[in-house]
Amino acid sequence: MSVKTLTINDQPIAIEEGKTILDAAKEAGIPIPTLCHLEGVSDVGACRLCLVEVKGINKLLPACVTQVAEGMEISTNTPKLQEYRRMAVELIFAEGNHVCSVCVANNNCELQDVAVEVGMDHSRFVYRFPDRGVDVSHSQFGIDHNRCILCTRCVRVCDEVEGAHVWDVAQRGAACYIVSGMNQPWGEVEACTSCGKCVDACPTGAIFRKGTTTAEKAGDREKLEFLVTAREQGQWTR
Amino acid sequence: MEKIKFATVWLAGCSGCHMSFLDMDEWLIDLAQYVDVVYSPVGCDLKEYPDNVDVCLVEGAVANQENLELLEEVRAKTKLLISFGDCAVTANVPAMRNMLGTAEAVLKRGYLELGDCNQQLPYAPGIVPELLDRVTPIHELVKVDIFMPGCPPSADRIKATIEPLLNGEQPKMEGREMIKFG
Ligand code: SF4
Ligand code: SF4
Ligand code: FES
Repeated sequence: MSVKTLTINDQPIAIEEGKTILDAAKEAGIPIPTLCHLEGVSDVGACRLCLVEVKGINKLLPACVTQVAEGMEISTNTPKLQEYRRMAVELIFAEGNHVCSVCVANNNCELQDVAVEVGMDHSRFVYRFPDRGVDVSHSQFGIDHNRCILCTRCVRVCDEVEGAHVWDVAQRGAACYIVSGMNQPWGEVEACTSCGKCVDACPTGAIFRKGTTTAEKAGDREKLEFLVTAREQGQWTR
Repeated sequence: MEKIKFATVWLAGCSGCHMSFLDMDEWLIDLAQYVDVVYSPVGCDLKEYPDNVDVCLVEGAVANQENLELLEEVRAKTKLLISFGDCAVTANVPAMRNMLGTAEAVLKRGYLELGDCNQQLPYAPGIVPELLDRVTPIHELVKVDIFMPGCPPSADRIKATIEPLLNGEQPKMEGREMIKFG
């Protein structure tokens, strides 16, 4: 297996061919903010939080889906990147309806954390206040589309780890949403095994356990750990 | 030393930010040595917003005509305007009505469809302020100088925002303690 050598923020790094820039940064202990990336499932480059600059390439590249190449000179935290990252987070907030104070995920939300990380104290984009639905037809879980950031972590975990493929992405642009089954209420989708993996994979308060109220959706470390290693170890249920 | 002219106003919010302000407890006594409270629902009886205010904390989103007029007056008469709490910064809970559409749709829902008895729309021109069609964060309407998110911002966060201003310094609005929403 061949090895590529490159630099991240002037730090020299050697890493196997085929790995991503995000892998390389992780190995070198260089933090890059992410939202749609979830260890253990495939990457899709949906959120644009992990954008980096590569010398000689005049567009910003998402680190989670860009493979390393020989001699790459990568920067992860230039003023330009800081500005774009903050804009990406502001756009996510302005796009949906995020009322943190009454959200199940308040204090345990990856979107909230990332907002702090990029220094967002307000959104410079005008809030859309879209009219989105809530589906609580499932006996144990619910999905509030107002808080969904379309990261598709639920889609991938359900498909790639549980093998049920209950979730998918419907429509495009502003009308885009996460759809269950054949556009049925979640509770009517027979393929759903009620395993709850999507609840743990969801970085926000969009998918939650029924009966959880404000600030009660605490991330379960053990379950997240399971999601990360399940596919490698061929464990499909827990 | 000339005292800082200090004001707070309460638009469409639950007053929780003001309660949190009062939670600064004994530090309020220290603050009183530096500021003259010239307008505030919790610290002053004046009914008219005065001229030449130095600092004003604005709680709440803009939901009705009265909020809008007061906000514009505050901006015109204030040097440093602080967007105080999530309702001011994001429109927060008051804006959840935006999903229903116009003011008319909201009133119909609240007073007719959900009314248990005597269903009727409120109508008292000049007394009950008209609802705006859309609830907005204040910076979508006027220039804001400092954003202090939080629902409510903790007393510590409020103090850490105001204290530097007393010495003519800018507060650092960064990190979890200062800018986390909710
Ligand atoms: S999902 Fe996160 S950012 Fe959105 S309302 Fe809930 S806590 Fe706030
Ligand atoms: S429901 Fe949650 S995991 Fe699924 S796309 Fe939305 S934010 Fe991501
Ligand atoms: S983590 Fe790379 S685009 Fe979302």
